[in-house]
Amino acid sequence: MTAVKNYEALGLTDAEYQHILGILKREPTPTELAMFSVEWSEHCGYTHSKKLLQALPKKGKYKALIGEDSGGIVVGGLAIVFKMESHNHPSQVEPKQGAATGVGGIIRDIFTAGARPIALLDSLRFGELKHPYNRYLLRGVVDGIQFYGNCVGVPTVGGEIYFDQSYNGNCLVNAMCIGICPKDKLARARATGVGNSIMYVGSTTGRDGIGGCSILASQEFKECQDKRPTVQIGDPFTEKCLIEATLEALETGHIAGIKDMGAAGLTCATVEMAAAGNSGVEIELQAVPRREENMAPWEVMMSESQERMLVCVKKGNEKFVRDIFVKWGLNASVIGKVTDDGIVRVRDKGELVVEVSAQALTRAPLYDVPFKKPEYLSHVRKLDLRSIKQPRDYNRALLKLLGSVSIASKEWVYRQYDHMVQANTMVLPGSDAAVIRLRDVNKAIAATCDCNSLYCYLNPLVGAQIAVAEAARNLACSGATPAAVTDCLDFGNPKKPDRFWQFKKSVEGISRSCRFFNIPVVSGNVSFYNESPKGSIYPTPGIGMIGIIDDPEKICTQYFKNQGEVVILLGPAGRELGGSRYLQEIHKLVKGDAPQLKLPLEKAVQKTALEAIRKGLASSAHDCSEGGLAVCLAESCISGKDNMIGAVIDDAPLGVRLDAGLFGETQSRIIISCPKSSAAKIKAIAQKFKAPFKVIGVTGGAALKISHKGKEIINADLEKLSQEWRGALEKHIQG
Amino acid sequence: MLKAEICITLKKTVADPQGLTIKQALESMGYQGLEKVRIGKFIIIELSGRNKVSAQKEAEEMCAKLLANPIIEDYRIEIKED
Amino acid sequence: MKFGVIVFPGSNCDQDCFYVARDVLKQPVEYIWHKSADLNGFDCLILPGGFSYGDYLRCGAIARFSPVMNSVIKFAESGRLVIGICNGFQILLEAGLLPGAMLRNKNLHFICKHVFVKLENSSTPFTHLGSQGEVLRIPIAHNEGNYYIDRAGLKELQDNRQIVFRYCGPQGQASEEFCPNGAVDNIAGIINKQGNVLGMMPHPERCAELALGSVDGKFIFESMVNRFIVGTGLKPVPTDR
Repeated sequence: MTAVKNYEALGLTDAEYQHILGILKREPTPTELAMFSVEWSEHCGYTHSKKLLQALPKKGKYKALIGEDSGGIVVGGLAIVFKMESHNHPSQVEPKQGAATGVGGIIRDIFTAGARPIALLDSLRFGELKHPYNRYLLRGVVDGIQFYGNCVGVPTVGGEIYFDQSYNGNCLVNAMCIGICPKDKLARARATGVGNSIMYVGSTTGRDGIGGCSILASQEFKECQDKRPTVQIGDPFTEKCLIEATLEALETGHIAGIKDMGAAGLTCATVEMAAAGNSGVEIELQAVPRREENMAPWEVMMSESQERMLVCVKKGNEKFVRDIFVKWGLNASVIGKVTDDGIVRVRDKGELVVEVSAQALTRAPLYDVPFKKPEYLSHVRKLDLRSIKQPRDYNRALLKLLGSVSIASKEWVYRQYDHMVQANTMVLPGSDAAVIRLRDVNKAIAATCDCNSLYCYLNPLVGAQIAVAEAARNLACSGATPAAVTDCLDFGNPKKPDRFWQFKKSVEGISRSCRFFNIPVVSGNVSFYNESPKGSIYPTPGIGMIGIIDDPEKICTQYFKNQGEVVILLGPAGRELGGSRYLQEIHKLVKGDAPQLKLPLEKAVQKTALEAIRKGLASSAHDCSEGGLAVCLAESCISGKDNMIGAVIDDAPLGVRLDAGLFGETQSRIIISCPKSSAAKIKAIAQKFKAPFKVIGVTGGAALKISHKGKEIINADLEKLSQEWRGALEKHIQG
Repeated sequence: MLKAEICITLKKTVADPQGLTIKQALESMGYQGLEKVRIGKFIIIELSGRNKVSAQKEAEEMCAKLLANPIIEDYRIEIKED
Repeated sequence: MKFGVIVFPGSNCDQDCFYVARDVLKQPVEYIWHKSADLNGFDCLILPGGFSYGDYLRCGAIARFSPVMNSVIKFAESGRLVIGICNGFQILLEAGLLPGAMLRNKNLHFICKHVFVKLENSSTPFTHLGSQGEVLRIPIAHNEGNYYIDRAGLKELQDNRQIVFRYCGPQGQASEEFCPNGAVDNIAGIINKQGNVLGMMPHPERCAELALGSVDGKFIFESMVNRFIVGTGLKPVPTDR
């Protein structure tokens, strides 16, 4: 392939190509051109997003760690490293392998930081299940996650799944991994120390996935099925061996740096390790273990074969390190060394095929992107509540909401994931957040993923703030202090000004909320071009958040525990209907503004719940979100599978409109249950933080009963609620 | 060079829910008269330096020792010239 | 009592078993790499759960040929205790130390959840601290736990009281509706005729501490330790049973 003809096919613009000619002062070789095209792609170079992302907060209550490929915080000498990453386009093409390799990739980002992976979460978005292809995608993605995660021995402890027509033609698969290690054992993705060896470890290199990151992730989706050959195949068994071998090798102290060969494989690994270490790197491609014959140099450099890593080994220790990988049945061969001139040199049978400055490759051009408020907003925001008829039968409305797939129980999914391996999962999937104990420091962490993309569609600035607030609220309900965020920002084509406006506003929203809560954004990922011929996905700024629990005995779950306890609403009455599931499911309307969010009120409510849990006063705490107060109460009643407990709610503030009171998604609300003797103490805490507090009923019985001014408006048998809520997803998957 | 093609299926007496699921799927797509669907594994081993007889014998041995589990699986071996 | 936890490539419950032996039971314990043949000094071996060799070919089929397995067979023949959990159970079946074989779960899905299991034989070295017929709540996590054995084999298991655990309902009803994976006769765990090799699909190491919501699996480890130290003058591990 000749360079001049191909730069456009590789996604580079004329101006970028001229820029490359200026850097090299000659024409690039085919391999060099391929390398520029991936390093300067959105996926690796963040060309359209970097300027905005720099505004995200990097500091918080806990010391933040910002590494090359992941980030984290330090808690009592322990580094907690985590990151969320998207694998949307590969999953849309081949759901099982797409999701599996997404999980594999994010795990590698964690253990190459020196941390043992301890938990996985997945944030998934699909189109409507009435389309068979979406059902195929859901089944395939879940199968891929279980196939990879279960085998590799990292528990999948939580996540979220939503369904919406905007994801028809472009599903989202965002995988998050959390790992831990002693702070002083963290590894860097750097090549340092002139003369140190560059060692290739892991699986062999084939032609799989060539161009994945530039082709699949950096343009819109059209004929996705045609791109199937670029999908990679995951091997969780090899990954498990890689985890153990890598952690064992890092323990020796003979390793100067290590990096996953993820997107654009050997290219990113060599170039970015050299750039991060202010070094140069020289490699010989013939030393790369391969599984296919006659691969051209550019193919070897671009391959995205899975389960491979590049290690910078301190000179003289090569055999020692190699032996560890070989013991685990893995390839390990020295392919080059570190130099001091900042140049990446790649040879094939001795012949020089690449000679470029690492810094030049990693300094992708950054663009100021035009943005414009989308036109759709002017009509979708208009919502005249007077035109919305209130339901005649609130029981039916509640059942319908519980049976809608976005709200329904996700047990069919998480039952297929091993969520208990490693024997540390204290709160299993099915509550507001997963809780994992940290044995060595006698603490625990809680983790959650959140984003209501419908809110973000209606108002990205507020929607993104709510995503952060809700994640923090879920953690607070588990007894954890919100501590740090990873963001996975899924958007449409950034070259379209209305899409970029959504992105810009969402980043501002995340920034505003995180600053208010004093939470740093320690890692993240941007995925653009999530569009199908029918248009863009809803803007989906996914938030992965972890929180710290200092006393692992003081944790909380969402379901009622005992009969005859007091039910408390912390927070205001429901009064809004914009962007609610109720409008969408019952009235088939996507309309209105996102619910309001008052950050000081949010904080007051969370602090109250947290202190009540810490003092051992609360029996349960559940975040009030999609479906509003009624769905929150129903879930509190039925989500404790072996012990469902009803409630009689006779004093809930339901405002002027009953449907808004019951199903409106007004923010900053938590439902707590507690023994009668604790209610006054929780009230005092609420007063201290100035959080609205109201006793709204008692637990007990085999039904959820809600009355307003003495008149019963909901009386639903728990078995029936449970059947609807537990059975809906499987029913829709069967089609 | 010789090629041993080995086909391993569950024994007739052992239930095969995968096969059954595939059968139902095919039927729901409109295919009729499907008596039975059984699913199995297909293993190809390329062999050198043997004649057909010794290759057959060795493949039998591999099946008995490792490739198939005699409690639940049957196997068929075909030795081919490559 | 010194435990040995065998590590095959792809084992992923090895560290959990190690942790329970060392930190919950306070017993000496060491990892044994699958290529090692020397089992001197160990009193009990744990074949942990996981995906040895990626479950490729058949679960446990390749691990069964790891060098350590010849020594494990001799170890078992000498009458010392061997327990295989989940993938460990599958390896014991492939190795012929226990009868039968594993098929894919009837619903064709991996299943991870707490199930109820009935203790059918409380006179084994692994279960003597439990009570006959008691119902335990223990997690399972497997793709291939659908235990298969032919009629004659099943009768032999029944006649010799080799069925140690059966899946059941909350009140101990061991009927088919409570069998999560299709296993013959609701079998969740069996022991060999000699009574020193136990295989079970449920994970007792995942329910040996209150912090994880259940301690129903702990007595299995305690039974092994306390049985071993009978007559040695060592102090038994405390148990609430």
